[in-house]
Amino acid sequence: MRASDVRNTDPPFWVAWHQARASIRVRFWRQAITAAGVALGIAFFSSMQVLQAAEGKGADAAAVSRNQWLVATSLVMCLVGITNSMLMSVTERFREIGTMKCLGASDTFVVKVYFLESLQLGLLGSVVGSVFGAGLMAMATRAMGQPAPPSAVGAVMGFGTVLGLVLTVVAAIFPAIQAARMPAAAALRVEV
Amino acid sequence: MGEVVVRTTDLVKQYGEGEASVRALNGVSCEIFDGEYLSIVGPSGSGKSTFFNMIGGLDRPSEGSVFINSVDIAQLTPKELAFLRCHTIGYIFQTFNLITVRTALENVTLPMLFAGTSPDEADEKGMKLLDLVGLGHRYHHRPSELSGGQQQRVAIARALANSPAIILADEPTGNLDLKTGQEIIDLLRKLNQEQGVTVIAATHDHKMLGVSDRIFHISDGKLDRVETQTPATH
Ligand SMILES: Nc1ncnc2c1ncn2[C@@H]1O[C@H](COP(=O)(O)OP(=O)(O)OP(=O)(O)O)[C@@H](O)[C@H]1O
Ligand SMILES: [Mg+2]
Repeated sequence: MRASDVRNTDPPFWVAWHQARASIRVRFWRQAITAAGVALGIAFFSSMQVLQAAEGKGADAAAVSRNQWLVATSLVMCLVGITNSMLMSVTERFREIGTMKCLGASDTFVVKVYFLESLQLGLLGSVVGSVFGAGLMAMATRAMGQPAPPSAVGAVMGFGTVLGLVLTVVAAIFPAIQAARMPAAAALRVEV
Repeated sequence: MGEVVVRTTDLVKQYGEGEASVRALNGVSCEIFDGEYLSIVGPSGSGKSTFFNMIGGLDRPSEGSVFINSVDIAQLTPKELAFLRCHTIGYIFQTFNLITVRTALENVTLPMLFAGTSPDEADEKGMKLLDLVGLGHRYHHRPSELSGGQQQRVAIARALANSPAIILADEPTGNLDLKTGQEIIDLLRKLNQEQGVTVIAATHDHKMLGVSDRIFHISDGKLDRVETQTPATH
C-alpha cells in the first residue's frame, strides 16, 4: 500500500444515517430515557422562563431577583442533566467505536454517526420538553390569574428547543471525538 | 514460504510511567510470511494481546517499528491507517465484538461500504461470506440472537469482507466450548489453505497449535522461540 492508493475512505452519507437509526431503534428504551433526560431539563428551564414572563409585569424587586435565581438554577440543572445523559450514552459505547475503527471507519465517520444520533434525540427531547414545560406553566399562570403573554410563551418554546438541541449535540460530539481519536486498542479496552 | 507481510524491529511497548510502568513488549523483532498460519502462545500477561494491537495498527509502539507490506505504519496518517485496517487486515476478537445494533449481514457488509463497494454488491458478497461460514440462513439476526460460536462465525465473515491479506485473531476460541472452538479453528485453517490468507492468532488453545505452520513463543514481552512444524492436516 502506498499513500497514493488511499482514496476517500468515507462511505456515502446514508451509511452513517443507517447506523444512527439502527442505534436508536434497537436501543429504543435506553435512548428514550436519554431523550427523556433532555426533555426534563428543557421542560424545567422553559417553565421557569414562562413563570418569569408571567410575573414580570407587576412584580416587585424581591420577586424579580427570586425569579432570576430560579431561571439561573434551572439553566444549570438543565445543562448538567443533558450533559450527563449524553456523556453516559456515548461513553458506554467506546467499545463499539473501537470496533468500527477496526472495520475501517475513519474518525470523521464515527463522529458523524454520533452527531446524527444526538441530533435526532436532541430534537425530540427539546421539542417535547419545551412544549410541555412552557405549555403547562402557561396554563398554570393563566389559572392563577396572571397569564404569560402568548408571544413570550412562543419565544420560550423556540429558545428552549434550540438550547436543548445545541446542548445535546455538543455533549455527545465531544466524547465521540475523543473516542475516535484514541488508538483503537484503548477504545476497545474501555469498560463502563 | 511467501513474501514477508509483517515485519517488526525491536518492538517495545511500555504502559505507564516511572515505577508503575510495565514493559509489555521488550524488543520483539520478527517476520511473518504471506500465506502462513502462525500461532502466538505464552503465559497470561506475556504480551500477546499487546503484540496483536501493535501489528494490527490498533496502538502505537513506544519504540521500534511495524512494517505491513513494507510500509512503516507509524508514518501513516489516521486516514491512511483507517484505509489499511479496512483493506489489509481482518480482526477477530475473543469477545466477538460485533456491532450489536446491526444484523449479521449488516455487520459483514459494513467494512465493504467503508471500502466504497456499492450496497448491492456488498449484500451479494456478504451473503456469500455468511454462506461460507455456514450462517447464510441467519443473515437477518442480530448478535444478541446468535450463539457465541455463531457470533464468531459472523466475525470471521466480517473479517474477510474486503479480502484482506491478513487475519489477526486474539484468542478467537477463548470464549467458546471445545467443539465450537474446534469448528472455528477448522474454518480459519480452511480459509488459510483455500484462499491463501495469512492467519495470525494469539491463543492458549492446544488444538490451534496443531494446525499451525509456525508458533511464536512469547514470554515476558520477548520472542523466546520460534517453532516451525508440519501442521496436521485432516
Ligand atoms: N492498557 C494497559 N495499561 C497498562 N498495562 C497493560 C495494559 N495492557 C496490558 N498491560 C500489561 O501488559 C502486560 C501484557 O499484557 P497482554 O494483555 O499483552 O497479555 P496477554 O499475553 O495477552 O495475556 P492473556 O493471555 O491473559 O490475554 C501485562 O502485564 C498487562 O498487565
Ligand atoms: Mg490477551
